[in-house]
Amino acid sequence: MKLAYYPGCSLCGTAREYNISTIKVSEKLGIELEEIPDWSCCGATSAHTSSPLLGVALPARNLAIAEEMGLDVAAPCAACYHNLSAARVKMDRDHLLRKRIEEIIDRKYRGKVKVLPLAEVILSRVGLDAVRDSLVHPLAGLKMAAYYGCLMVRPKGIVDFDDPENPTKLDQIMEAAGGEMVDWSHKTECCGASLSLTGTELCVDLVGRILERAAEEGAECIVTACPFCQANLDMRQAEAATKLKTDFRLPVLYFTQLLGIALGLPAGELGLDSHVVDPRPLLREKGLI
Amino acid sequence: MLNLQATIGAGREFTDEINHEAGTDINRCYQCGTCSGGCPLFYAMDIGPRQVMRLLQTGLGEEALRARSIWICATCDTCTVRCPREINVAGVMEALRIQARRRGYRIPAAVRKVRILTDLFLGSVRRSGRIFELGLVQGMKMRTGELLKDVGMGIPMLLKGKLSLRPHRIRGRAEIERIYRKVQEMEGGSR
Repeated sequence: MKLAYYPGCSLCGTAREYNISTIKVSEKLGIELEEIPDWSCCGATSAHTSSPLLGVALPARNLAIAEEMGLDVAAPCAACYHNLSAARVKMDRDHLLRKRIEEIIDRKYRGKVKVLPLAEVILSRVGLDAVRDSLVHPLAGLKMAAYYGCLMVRPKGIVDFDDPENPTKLDQIMEAAGGEMVDWSHKTECCGASLSLTGTELCVDLVGRILERAAEEGAECIVTACPFCQANLDMRQAEAATKLKTDFRLPVLYFTQLLGIALGLPAGELGLDSHVVDPRPLLREKGLI
Repeated sequence: MLNLQATIGAGREFTDEINHEAGTDINRCYQCGTCSGGCPLFYAMDIGPRQVMRLLQTGLGEEALRARSIWICATCDTCTVRCPREINVAGVMEALRIQARRRGYRIPAAVRKVRILTDLFLGSVRRSGRIFELGLVQGMKMRTGELLKDVGMGIPMLLKGKLSLRPHRIRGRAEIERIYRKVQEMEGGSR
């Protein structure tokens, strides 16, 4: 199975371990990823909150190139998935908008390709049975909280990955990998990552609330599919803990890193050394690495 | 005598414009407050989303253009998915932010950084085609004067290879520049 790969800017920088683990896990599961040639930024939050046209045009350029490749798009980053999907839906709904965007990007766009988050590729195109069949080190005894955040699940109609209030798809994948999922309240509460640099004190509050709830439910780590959530919950964790006069030490991992371990990929190839809250002591304690 | 009719008329036009941009109908709002109740940042807002809806309904929507809230909104869309009247509440907040920009409204000092980051981000993408994370953080430091903010975090990230020292420039930079220019032309020179 071949897909056009849209890593996005974060996966080439702060979320490099998501990129590395995505590529390795995909190889292992028989997903062939062909990078979209010369892809450009999806515009993140900045484009669509400043200009409605730029917010569609930036992702549309990448969709148009993927269409030339004749492949559906796999986008591991929650923000990229959201923006590519939103642009696609908006152009589908509004023929005139599509024409204007074609004029802006000076490329043909017919709306032929689908945009899938990597988790969806694994669920619907690989299948959980295939994941179970490939397990080498099931994540037995590892209690984790799946954290979805905003961009993958909201709003319905713009994205259609999972339920906006109680998503379960990351839980399903991690359960298939042998993990023990906690049932918790803050799966989709916003972590405020977009305010990390501009309203840090607000963002620290939101991070604290999420980590507090995960810890209360007995989670030993958090698993996510969003580079902004990961960075925020990991890097602002110490500040949040200080503010709440506690100590969380909750590693925040990409689901692909843990899935990689379960599939028997060498721990050294999954970027486990690039987190602020080091996940390795926990993984060693559980005998997983 | 004050001509309230004219004010309300102009306000209604503004509401129509916001409705159009957000692809929604604010008049459906029955003020239940689910949006404000579920908003993770309501506690930091001056006027919450429910109040914003009411201002727009009564033709006083331009008041909201001065609010901190439209810049604090993280566009998390919780309000939108929970609205029992299916109003695109987050889309309205976004449309207001865009209007505040277009009309040159002064941004409240407390949220000035949101605007700075957005401009730096869009500038970086315009120049390189992709975002240059380290450049963005440096730019924020220069523009806000907070030179030491998060330094303790930046150094380990550099050492872990999570921050590239140079921007990655795509080949199609001229194409990106053309996209920006055309958008500016179509949106009337604003961005």
